[in-house]
Amino acid sequence: MTDHLQKWLEGGPLITDGAWGTQMQKRGLAAGELPDAWNLTHPERVEEVATAYREAGSRVILTNTFRSNPIALAGSGLETQAVNRAGVAISRKAAAGRALVFASIGPTGKLLMTGDVTPEQVQDAFARQAAALAQAGADALLMETMSDIEEARLALAAARETGLPVIVSFAFDSGRKHDRTMTGATPEQAARMAQEGGAAAVGANCGAGPGAFAEILRRLRAACDLPIWLKPNAGLPSVAGGEVLYSTSPDEFAASAAELLSAGASFVGGCCGTSPEFIRALAKRAGACASS
Amino acid sequence: MAEFGGLYEAILNGDQKTAVALTRQALEEGLDPGELIQRYMIPAMDEAGKRFECEEYFVPELLLAARAMKGALELLRPRLAASGAQPAGRVVIGTVKGDLHDIGKNLVASMLEGGGFEVTDLGVDVSPEKFVEAVRNTGAQILCLSALLTVTMPSMQKTIEALSQAGVRDRIKVLVGGAPVTEQYAREIGADGYGGNANVAVAMARQIVAAA
Repeated sequence: MTDHLQKWLEGGPLITDGAWGTQMQKRGLAAGELPDAWNLTHPERVEEVATAYREAGSRVILTNTFRSNPIALAGSGLETQAVNRAGVAISRKAAAGRALVFASIGPTGKLLMTGDVTPEQVQDAFARQAAALAQAGADALLMETMSDIEEARLALAAARETGLPVIVSFAFDSGRKHDRTMTGATPEQAARMAQEGGAAAVGANCGAGPGAFAEILRRLRAACDLPIWLKPNAGLPSVAGGEVLYSTSPDEFAASAAELLSAGASFVGGCCGTSPEFIRALAKRAGACASS
Repeated sequence: MAEFGGLYEAILNGDQKTAVALTRQALEEGLDPGELIQRYMIPAMDEAGKRFECEEYFVPELLLAARAMKGALELLRPRLAASGAQPAGRVVIGTVKGDLHDIGKNLVASMLEGGGFEVTDLGVDVSPEKFVEAVRNTGAQILCLSALLTVTMPSMQKTIEALSQAGVRDRIKVLVGGAPVTEQYAREIGADGYGGNANVAVAMARQIVAAA
């Protein structure tokens, strides 16, 4: 299964996609509405987002299933199997055979360490989501924005049961240098857990802008032999007229994200604050580098 | 009294069971609740806060310490109330409308409770109207608003506007926090303060009460 990943990377690193939530809000998703619900209620609008990224140059697109594990879905009335299946089908259609579909799995939002959920509940939740995504035909599974090493370990073990390649990506958003997760995990701990747990790749997403990711990349690479997955934010947010804005322009983002590719990252895309314009700028720059 | 130094350790290590057991034992032996709080419990939370600042502790360790503190305080509360002691202050807290995240909000709530505040936790996805109602009903001095998503941050502003429209803005200090929230944002929406972490939130709440 890791062989799949190596084959996909034979032609060089791959550009992934950018933020989905803000793109869906532009298409009418209300603040507080569960984005994943749109897989069932507005599949055509979700597909527009996926298509926009594919057309912008994403070679890997994700699925609108970040919150679709049974623990996170609790109380939403949504059925795990249905939401996840629809999510993969939408991205597969948008990929149109020109991009890979990696299915997104987010954290449960509950802390193991404080006993809010048990390890069994966490493992079961991820197993059910991963199975639904795999049955629907995802190319790989991506556990993203993880904080807790133990939760990520359980998620990885559950997801590997599907036989698909599994990527584990952490949000290093804490500590003065933005190099620790919310629960205090370091890039080294994340990389070792991923390698020992049989992940196909390890990475970082969200947390900070692309500038801070260079050091995270270096530390992840030094601590394991796995390919590295990176999705930085478009810098840090500011607010104008009640709207939340990210100050980094697509070109500025693309310039520092391209440096991550030259520094050895295998997959690079964007997280909060990015849009298809950011991915287009990055794909353009990466293409220019590859041909020079 | 020296044997209850274990209470300090238990709270610092987030061991709620031991913290509660030692507190019960101390009360049975006739120790003064105020003395227990001042000598062991508050210093333990102060040390947990210092460790958080030094990046030795992260959110889970701080949360566990706060829960151990809360467990011990609950045993002391009836005695404190009987002796006429007041809470350090009254706080209403919640995650703003549209946002379902509660780890950060729970941490701040626990830390405030650990600091002796009476906390009314409205939960997640709380509408501006519900915040206004709680401010009216509780007589709280402080309102804490949490948001994890950039897309729900504008709900903080709407909540502050609702407080003004309801005519209760000047009776309460509003503190905001959450991963994407910044000092600058707090100023722009007219909040009274921004807490970068739960530790800062408690210090600010104490300052507000002291200044009132």
